[in-house]
Amino acid sequence: MSDAPLLRMEGISKAFGGAMALDRVDLSLQRGEVHALVGENGAGKSTLMKILTGAYHRDAGVVQLEGSEVDFDTPADAQGAGVCAVHQEIHLLSHRTVAENIYIGREPTRYGFIDWGRMNAQAAELLRGLGLDIDPEATVESLNTARQQMVAIARGVSLGARVLVLDEPTSSLSPREVSILYELVARLKANGTAIVYISHRFDELYAICDRVTVLRDGKLVATRAMAGLERLDLVCLMLGKSREALRDGVTGFGDHRDAGEAVADRPAVLRTEHVASGAKLHDVSFEVRPGEIVGLAGLLGSGRTETARAIFGADVRNGGTVFVHGESVNPRTPDDAIRMGVGFVSEDRKAEGIIPELSIRENLTLAALPTLTKFGVVSRVKQREIVERYMTRLGIKASSADQRIRELSGGNQQKVLLARWLCTDPKLLILDEPTRGIDIGAKGEIQRLVNELAKLGMGVLMISSEIEELTEGSTRVVVLRDGCSVAELTGAEISPQAIIRAMASDSPAASAVNATSPVS
Amino acid sequence: MTTGMLPALRGHFTSSRAVSLLQRGGAVVALVIACIAGSMRYYAFATPENLLNVLRQNSMLGLVALGMTFVILTGGIDLSVGALLAVSGVIAAMLSKHGSLLALAGGIGAATALGVVNGLLITRARIQPFIVTLAMMIAARGAALAVTSEQSIPASPQASALTWLGRGQLGPVPVPVVLFFLAYAVAWVTLRYTRFGRYVYAVGDSEEAARLMGLPADRLVLATYALSGALAGLAGVVLAGRLGAGQPVAGTGWELDAIAAVVVGGTLLTGGQGGAGATIIGVLLLGVIFNLFNLEGTISPWWQWVLRGTFLMGVVIIQGRLQRRARSH
Repeated sequence: MSDAPLLRMEGISKAFGGAMALDRVDLSLQRGEVHALVGENGAGKSTLMKILTGAYHRDAGVVQLEGSEVDFDTPADAQGAGVCAVHQEIHLLSHRTVAENIYIGREPTRYGFIDWGRMNAQAAELLRGLGLDIDPEATVESLNTARQQMVAIARGVSLGARVLVLDEPTSSLSPREVSILYELVARLKANGTAIVYISHRFDELYAICDRVTVLRDGKLVATRAMAGLERLDLVCLMLGKSREALRDGVTGFGDHRDAGEAVADRPAVLRTEHVASGAKLHDVSFEVRPGEIVGLAGLLGSGRTETARAIFGADVRNGGTVFVHGESVNPRTPDDAIRMGVGFVSEDRKAEGIIPELSIRENLTLAALPTLTKFGVVSRVKQREIVERYMTRLGIKASSADQRIRELSGGNQQKVLLARWLCTDPKLLILDEPTRGIDIGAKGEIQRLVNELAKLGMGVLMISSEIEELTEGSTRVVVLRDGCSVAELTGAEISPQAIIRAMASDSPAASAVNATSPVS
Repeated sequence: MTTGMLPALRGHFTSSRAVSLLQRGGAVVALVIACIAGSMRYYAFATPENLLNVLRQNSMLGLVALGMTFVILTGGIDLSVGALLAVSGVIAAMLSKHGSLLALAGGIGAATALGVVNGLLITRARIQPFIVTLAMMIAARGAALAVTSEQSIPASPQASALTWLGRGQLGPVPVPVVLFFLAYAVAWVTLRYTRFGRYVYAVGDSEEAARLMGLPADRLVLATYALSGALAGLAGVVLAGRLGAGQPVAGTGWELDAIAAVVVGGTLLTGGQGGAGATIIGVLLLGVIFNLFNLEGTISPWWQWVLRGTFLMGVVIIQGRLQRRARSH
C-alpha cells in the first residue's frame, strides 16, 4: 500500500446555506483497499460521498483519480470515470428486470435495436462471475433487499467501477446475506477495486475493512488502520469522548436481564397463542408482562415484523388468539389496537413512520389527536404542552417544534416517533428495529429511554437484528424461525450463542451465521 | 385468454411479462366478452363494415391515446391533447390553400411545438404536469376559438393529401385505420427495443434512480410531451381531412377519453408499467362499447355516459384484483 493512491480527496469543503457540512476533509484510497468511513449522523459522510460521486459540487478542495484531477458534474460523469455508489435506499428500477437494471444506458444493440438475448446472457455471465445466483430476467421487485443490493453492486462492477461506495450495505441483510456480501467485497478487492464502506456496525468494519476514516461535525478526526485499533477507541474517536466517559456496555441498556424475576408474577399485558397471518406467520405464542422488554429474534424472513403487524391489527390474522390484559381481543385495524393501549414504531421510519413535510409538533401528536380534539378542532394549547413536555423529556434536538421532521437526524426522528406513542399512554409498545440506521450516540439514548419506559411499567416488545441489543436489552428473548416461535430464553440463558443457535438450527444458514456474527 | 396463451409463451416471458399480461387481461377479457355479446345480440355488429367503422371512428382518439401512453408511462399526464388537436386542425385548414404539405407540416408542427412548451415548463420550471397541461389546454383552446371566431374553417380542395388522410382508403381499409395500426406497431417496437423506449419505462419507474443511473431524464420527459403533442397534431389533421374543415371545438374532452383508454388498457397512472399494446386494447374496448350502445339505439347519450363511467371503474377494479393475484402467486 505504499504506492500512489488510486483516489485522493484533499481539503474538501462544502457549505449548505451558512452551515459548514464539510471542513477541509481528506480521504485517500489505495487499490484493493476496503476503507471504512464512520461518524455519527451529520458527521458529513454522505456529503463527502455525494461530492465524490458527482451528486454535489465541492466548494473547495481537490479530487484526484490515478494522479489526475477530476471534477464530476453528474453521477453519470462519475460512473463514466469508474466511481460508483450503491446507496442505502437502493436506487433501482423495481418493475424492470435485473439485466435491464445492470445495462440500462449501455444495452447491447443490433441494427440499433436492443438485443435482449445478448443482454440477458451478458448479465447472467456477470452475475455468475460474481458468484451470485440471480435470474437476470427476474424483475427487481421480485428479489429480496439483499439481492437487490447485489444487483446494484453488479451494475457498478459492469460499469468498470474502480471506486465503489457502499452506503450502509448491510442495514437490511440477514447474517447469511451479509456473508454473501463479504464474499463479493473480497472478490472486488482482489480485482483491485477500492471500496468505501459506510456502516454503523462495528463487527462488519472489523471483519472486512483495512483502514478507517472518522469524521465528526464535518471535520476529519483521524484515519487509522483497523488492525490494532480497539473498538472502544474507535467509539471514542467517533463521539469525541474519552475512554472513561464511556463506561456502560456497547448499548445504552445497561444489563436488563435480571429485571425478569421482578415482574414474573405480574399479569401479562400481551399474550399471543398460535397466531398465524398471511403466508409467513404460522404459529407464534409468547407473552409480555408489564415492565418487561421482550426481544423478538429471528433471521430475516422469520416473521418478526409480521408478528408485530398481526398484533397491531395492521395485517389480517388468520388464526390464533391475542390477549391484551387477559382479554381475548381481535384488533382488525391499528385504530382498534391503539384504543386497547398498543403502540407500534415501524422498522421503516421513512415510509411508515414520519410524515416528512409535517412539523415535529404535528408528527408527535398524530396518534394522540383524537384525545386532543373537541368538535373536530385540535386544541393548540394542549398540543403545545404535550410537545414541549416530550421534546424535553426525550431530548429531541431541533430548532423548534415547528421544524419539519425530515430535516432532523434519524435518531431525533425516532425519538419523535417514540413520543408519538408515549403521549397515547400505551400499555404495550412494539418497537421494530428501534435503532436501525441511527448513529451510535443517539442509539444509546434511545436504548436508555426504552429501558426507562419498561421500568415505569410499560410492556415492550422489541424486534432487533442486532444481537447485542437483544442480549443486553431483553428480559426475555423469543426466537422465531420460519414463522413459528421456536425458543424462549430467560435471564442467564440469554447469550448471543444461544440466540443464534435457536435462530439458525436446522437451517443451512447456521454455519454462515456463526462465521460472521458477533459471537465473540 | 391467459390460460390459453400462457403455456405457449412460457419460457419466453419472464414473470414480469406474465404480470403485465394479467394486468392487461382484464381489458382483453372484457373486449372478448363485449365482442361475443355484440355478435350474438346484433346482427349488424360482426360485419366488416361495422368493424371498420368502429376502427375508423376510434383511430384518431387512438393516436391521441398513444401519445398519452408515453406521457403516462413516464409518470406524467397531458390534459392539453384535445386542445392541441383542435389547434392543429384549424392551422391545417387555414394553410390548406397553400397545399397539403404546408397544411400538414403547419398543423402537426404547431401541436408539437406546444407539446415542447409543455415539456419545457415541466422539466425546466419544475411545475407539475397536471397544472402545465391544464393551462395549455385552456390557452390553446382559447387561441383556436379566437383565431377562427368560433367558426369552422373549410379545408381547401387543393389539399388533396389532407383529404386523403381523412377520407381515403387503402383497398377496403380507411387510411386513418392504417395510420392507427402503423403508429401502434412503431410505438410497440420503440418501447420494447429502443433506448428511448426503455428510458421511458425507467423514468416512470423511478425518476431518481434513472437520474442516478445517468439517464437523461429531463430530455426524455420533454420528448414524451413533444411526442404527445405531435400525435395529437396528427390526429387533428386527420380529423380536419375527414370533416373537410378545421373546427376549433374539435377534440373537446378527448384528453379524458384518452386517459380512460390508457387506464382501461392497463397502463398504470403511476408510470413505469403498461405500454402501446395495453392502450390499443383500451381504445378498442371503449370503442366497441360505444358502438354497442349505438346499435342498441334506445339508450340516451346521458345514460351512456353513466354506463361508460361505471364500466371504466369496473374494469379498473378487475385489473387491480388480477394484478394483486399475480403478485401474491
